[in-house]
Amino acid sequence: MTTTSDGVRAKAREAIRNQPYKTHTILSSLLAVQDALGFLPPEGLDEVARHRNTTVNEVWGIASFYPNFRFTAPAKHVVEVCWGPTCHVMGAQPILRGLLQRLGLHAEGDTPDGAVTLKMNTCLGVCAHAPAMSFDHRLAGHMSPQKALAGLEKLRSGDQPAHAGHDGARTASGGAR
Amino acid sequence: MTDAYQPLRKRADGVWAGLHAKPWIRVSTGLQGMAAGAGEVLEALRAELSRQRVDATVSEVGTTGLCYAEPLVDVHVPGTARTLYHNVTPEQVARIVAEHVKAQRPIAEWAHATADGTLEGVPPRGELPMMKGQVRVALRNAGEIDPLSLEQYVARGGFEGLDKALSGMTREQVVQEVRDSGLRGRGGAAFSTGTKWSFLAGNKSPIKYILCNCEEGDPGAFNDKTILETDPFTLVEGCIIAGYATGASNGIVFIRHGHHEPIERTTRAIEACYEAGLLGKNILGTGFSYDMEVSLVGESYVAGEETALMEAVEGKRSMPRFRPPFPAAVGVWGKPSNINNIKTISYVPEIVRQGAKWFAGIGTERSKGTVIACLSGHIKYPGLLEVPCGITMRHLVEVMGGGEPSGKRIKFLQTGGPLGGMLPAAQLDMVLDFDEMSRAGAMFGSGGLIVCNEDTSIVDLTRVLLAFDQMESCGKCFPCRLGTSHLLEILERACDGRSRPTDLDLMDRVGRNMRAGSLCGHGQLGYNPVSSALKAFADEFKAQMSDAGPIPIPPFVGPRSTRRGAQMTGDTPTAQVYPEFVINLQPVTTASQQPTAAG
Repeated sequence: MTTTSDGVRAKAREAIRNQPYKTHTILSSLLAVQDALGFLPPEGLDEVARHRNTTVNEVWGIASFYPNFRFTAPAKHVVEVCWGPTCHVMGAQPILRGLLQRLGLHAEGDTPDGAVTLKMNTCLGVCAHAPAMSFDHRLAGHMSPQKALAGLEKLRSGDQPAHAGHDGARTASGGAR
Repeated sequence: MTDAYQPLRKRADGVWAGLHAKPWIRVSTGLQGMAAGAGEVLEALRAELSRQRVDATVSEVGTTGLCYAEPLVDVHVPGTARTLYHNVTPEQVARIVAEHVKAQRPIAEWAHATADGTLEGVPPRGELPMMKGQVRVALRNAGEIDPLSLEQYVARGGFEGLDKALSGMTREQVVQEVRDSGLRGRGGAAFSTGTKWSFLAGNKSPIKYILCNCEEGDPGAFNDKTILETDPFTLVEGCIIAGYATGASNGIVFIRHGHHEPIERTTRAIEACYEAGLLGKNILGTGFSYDMEVSLVGESYVAGEETALMEAVEGKRSMPRFRPPFPAAVGVWGKPSNINNIKTISYVPEIVRQGAKWFAGIGTERSKGTVIACLSGHIKYPGLLEVPCGITMRHLVEVMGGGEPSGKRIKFLQTGGPLGGMLPAAQLDMVLDFDEMSRAGAMFGSGGLIVCNEDTSIVDLTRVLLAFDQMESCGKCFPCRLGTSHLLEILERACDGRSRPTDLDLMDRVGRNMRAGSLCGHGQLGYNPVSSALKAFADEFKAQMSDAGPIPIPPFVGPRSTRRGAQMTGDTPTAQVYPEFVINLQPVTTASQQPTAAG
């Protein structure tokens, strides 16, 4: 990350203040920070605690409960593979294994070079087009291991740039597209 | 009719007539359409219209339900048949614009259906296998209107129900109407909606909440999200009517974070209603005031449970509460609350508009009205269907869904989501009825129907469902937290060919404990997939778990859940952010407890 701790703090504060929904809670504030920064840095957790007039401990307890929050900066690109039962029946596992192998990963996570985050999603909501994936939050249906690898290459070769923020912060996983 | 509704209706009719006076092209850009490439088609269409200098209205509509035919482009040109083009590619767009829109010659070879059947060789929409027999109530506007246009919604009878309730019915009459209609909750429990409302109506607190639940974490179900992205106003109207009937002050639409279209469209529908005087103070000049907002939750399946949902609305961990007190007494923010599924609420406007008798005339004796089924898996026409209760599963799957596409045998249906069950093909003649299905151990649940052909391993799929249940257990009560983990371990052993002779008995014991001892439905129903699979396919399970030689099932790569025993390996969020706090314990493994691929 190129931003300073103060810069992150200011961005988190702005995101919390400008969250679009009427009722502000710890959870809604956390979602807003993650949407803005792409993850929840310690400064963000601290700002949420200040805004909600509570302890970082309390905030942390909620943040660590929901698996869509992440606490380190996401990779440049996010590739999601649906592992729900429909996609499973239609062949999600071979796709996943192919991607893991190509990325040199053993489980979902980030590649060491920070290029790709591979995420398993419990349901992308497009069961009619299973097996489904998303590349930088763009949905893609009727996937196959070959199509998945081709999509990954297209992503990495820069045909489809990530929705980059101003200074390296990325759109949130599953957030605004 | 209220004085305030009249001008709105007039304006809406004007807009509707205007839309039909020139070319109107509707592209399905819901989640389903986007996954099929509708985004690129829409882009190409806009570019082509401007290149060929055509004056046409382009609307992004939600899904029509005909997901197998997406991307769908629905072309209405005055003087020609309204034509639905299927599986459209960006390359086809130029010809559609040139021939149909400009030259007024519909392209029969690419057409899937027309509205009225006036194009030779192309069936009318109602005669498509998937459409024939559907009765659309909650989905009445699917694919017909721009989900963001209040006028288009009103032009098709929208807010007539609210107007009727506010201008001519008492609160009690509205509750009674809903009770008489026989409407039952569509979220899975199938409880009488009118009765549920009467609980809240009986509470005299000045602040009361109506919660509309679109958590929809059920893999295999996409009907709630579809309603919100296809016709959000019907949900908003239903929620306002529910508020009036029960004397509630606030409505909250609860949506899972991450699904952009449903969130965006619902938020904008609520804003439009505030602007039109349909929300806020003194609605339609009748003195009734009601507020609505959207609340987002992080990924959590248990958040769909009503008390866990209230915790999430309050911004906490979505863990269920003890009951009593029940939500109608102490709900969200300590105030009386009523929770309904999105689908349930979406029926309300039409029930009030057309009357309880009309709705009760659809369906069976005990299951009134229609249900929205999501067909996916090994099926020719995957998509969304709204069918009257009482049709058989066989008709739904083999006729409307087109059956198995590759000619293989259908083995079973997975119904009711990850806490639901397996319905073997031998029972396909079962009538779609809440009570009959739950008696057979196959809940209808929220409407997900996953069709599985003979190649599907029942043990493998059960393992995946349990992996989901295990990962999504919130961890509050141990029968669920440990029970789902044990069941998954046993199933993983079975898939790996390492079953122990006592495993079947052990599963049964664990399952019974979960059912009896869990705090909420997640643990109580968590054994359902296993028990129903065992009931229908005992032989396959026994063969897989026997010494004789299990059938190899490839290892399953599962998600890395933070809720899943990760503490032992230091692989937790805490470890990532606060490494100084981690005590590095090494996981203890014995020879018989090797970590599995999913562990």
